[in-house]
Amino acid sequence: MKILAISKKVFLELLRDKRTLVLLFMAPVFIMWLMNAAFSANTETNVSIAAVDVSDSIVKSLDDVEHIKAKDYKTESQANQALEDQTVDAVLIFKDENNYQVTYANTDPGKTNLTRQVITSTLKQAQIQDLIENLKKTQEASAQAIKKAQSQAGNLQAGDSNEANIDQTQTEEIDSSQADDIHLSEQYIYGDEDTTFFTKMTPILMGFFVFFFVFLISGMALLKERTTGTLDRLLATPVKRSDIVYGYMLAYSLIAALQTVVIVLSTIWLLDLEVLGNIGDVIIVNILFALVALAFGLLLSTLAKSEFQMMQFIPLIITPQLFFSGIIPLDSMAGWVQSIGKVLPLYYAGHALSKIVLNGTSIVHLGNDLLVLSLFLVILTILNIVGLKRYRKV
Amino acid sequence: MEKLLDLQAISKNFGQQLVLDKINFDLIAGQIIGLIGPSGAGKSTMIRTMLGMEKADQGEALVLGHHMPNRYVLGEIGYMAQSDALYETLTGFENLQFFARMKGLSRAEIPEAIKHVSQVVELTEHLNKSVSGYSGGMKRRLSLAIALLGNPRLLILDEPTVGIDPALRRKVWKELHQLRAEGVGILITTHVMDEAELTDKVGLLLDGKMIAFNSPIALKSSYGVNTVEEVFLKAEGELE
Repeated sequence: MKILAISKKVFLELLRDKRTLVLLFMAPVFIMWLMNAAFSANTETNVSIAAVDVSDSIVKSLDDVEHIKAKDYKTESQANQALEDQTVDAVLIFKDENNYQVTYANTDPGKTNLTRQVITSTLKQAQIQDLIENLKKTQEASAQAIKKAQSQAGNLQAGDSNEANIDQTQTEEIDSSQADDIHLSEQYIYGDEDTTFFTKMTPILMGFFVFFFVFLISGMALLKERTTGTLDRLLATPVKRSDIVYGYMLAYSLIAALQTVVIVLSTIWLLDLEVLGNIGDVIIVNILFALVALAFGLLLSTLAKSEFQMMQFIPLIITPQLFFSGIIPLDSMAGWVQSIGKVLPLYYAGHALSKIVLNGTSIVHLGNDLLVLSLFLVILTILNIVGLKRYRKV
Repeated sequence: MEKLLDLQAISKNFGQQLVLDKINFDLIAGQIIGLIGPSGAGKSTMIRTMLGMEKADQGEALVLGHHMPNRYVLGEIGYMAQSDALYETLTGFENLQFFARMKGLSRAEIPEAIKHVSQVVELTEHLNKSVSGYSGGMKRRLSLAIALLGNPRLLILDEPTVGIDPALRRKVWKELHQLRAEGVGILITTHVMDEAELTDKVGLLLDGKMIAFNSPIALKSSYGVNTVEEVFLKAEGELE
């Protein structure tokens, strides 16, 4: 079997290349660890608001909200100065009875959103509070009116005043029950309260790294065969063109399997990643995806004249895939943008891996993703075998 | 005698450029033919057509009696490219083993074949070293050894003596003459004109045309000069 001999050679070459080995197995783990550290470091946003002419009660209730600091400023210009100096993130100004004006620094959209939510809800609350107070006042006024009427009517029916007393105690009871904290018991299908944005990215990143490194290394390997002349020498033997492509595939599927195992196990142990589905399923998807990456790398390497030109494919081919991989939810994008994502293989691999890791979906229910990936693989493989005709006509 | 190589009026274009212009060429068993010509004359394209890497636009390329391109014939050709074309991270032995497998040698034949060719190029004691540690001359010899694997009937050697020292060059030529005596046909391209003197026939390739194809002695007498180098210069001058 010439395929075996070729894959043995590819594997052996890679095994001797210590730097590339480190790149293949250590770099993804290192980057994942770094990203995890960066994303989980501080996800809290703290906002300080300058209030001008705003009633004390509103300032106080704003200040009571977690992660929010509200401070009263005497004049508008003082508050605006503070905004400019970046000591506050927003300025809230009371204009007239129902009109407030907010100015956001808006350097961090997250802060702006939080400020907007908090101010709106606080103002609404204050409005409701006012309403309740007004209601109470009218209640009291009517109660007094009743009392008056009762005293006017004399103490003929003592039971009536008792009834009024009972009414009052009941309202108090309602008030006190409102003051009690509401208990919300939280449960998580996936992960726990420490689950961060990074967790959602992990399965997609896993696929991305497999794709990236297999694409680059296999592409470089075939490019090297071409530039050193070994490909010509290889094609000057009776070997079939398809044997060369299959030999590469066999070797790289093995490498991808190893790489996936390393990445998955290290994310589980180092980063406490929880895999709801079967780890075997994750590996199967990654191997399939690695083969797509390999076929892609081999094909594109024929368009490159040097290693540097191969590197130029990274911003063109690799990076855009990350945007459409599902890290940024695709359904929030415009229709035509979504359709770009759907012609990129990382979209399907990312979807399948996310489902397995986060939802515990079994591979048998991901037939659609696997089918599309296989289709990519078959088409790219055929293109590669035909493409080698450039170097030998049979 | 059997014609190992028979090019019948082959022409080849790359776009607008005519690279080979109705080349006629043949090589019979037990013959060493030198192919000389400046770079860009079409030597590489001629060799690539013989190996089936390119297909002639017109004419017939017959190798060992088969129309090229033909994959199976390649097993009986020993090819050595201009570049060393070796896997640097592998050892000499692993390189030989890999190409022996690619040439279709059976597992049982391989150890004996490797032993034989490494003796011919005197690399036996260096076989377990990684090729990246080889000197330029050693790489050239290993490259030749790969071409010799499987006792091919036809050898196509593209500048086999570039970058190797005179002693080794003499050794290589001795080996080539030995192979010729065994009935192997050898096509060799070279820049070194005194090497051309050692061949049975010389083909002069210029701008895609075979302007002369004869034995060195006949060429020298017909051009009225003393060396193949002068033949080459004179032929080139006449064309311009």
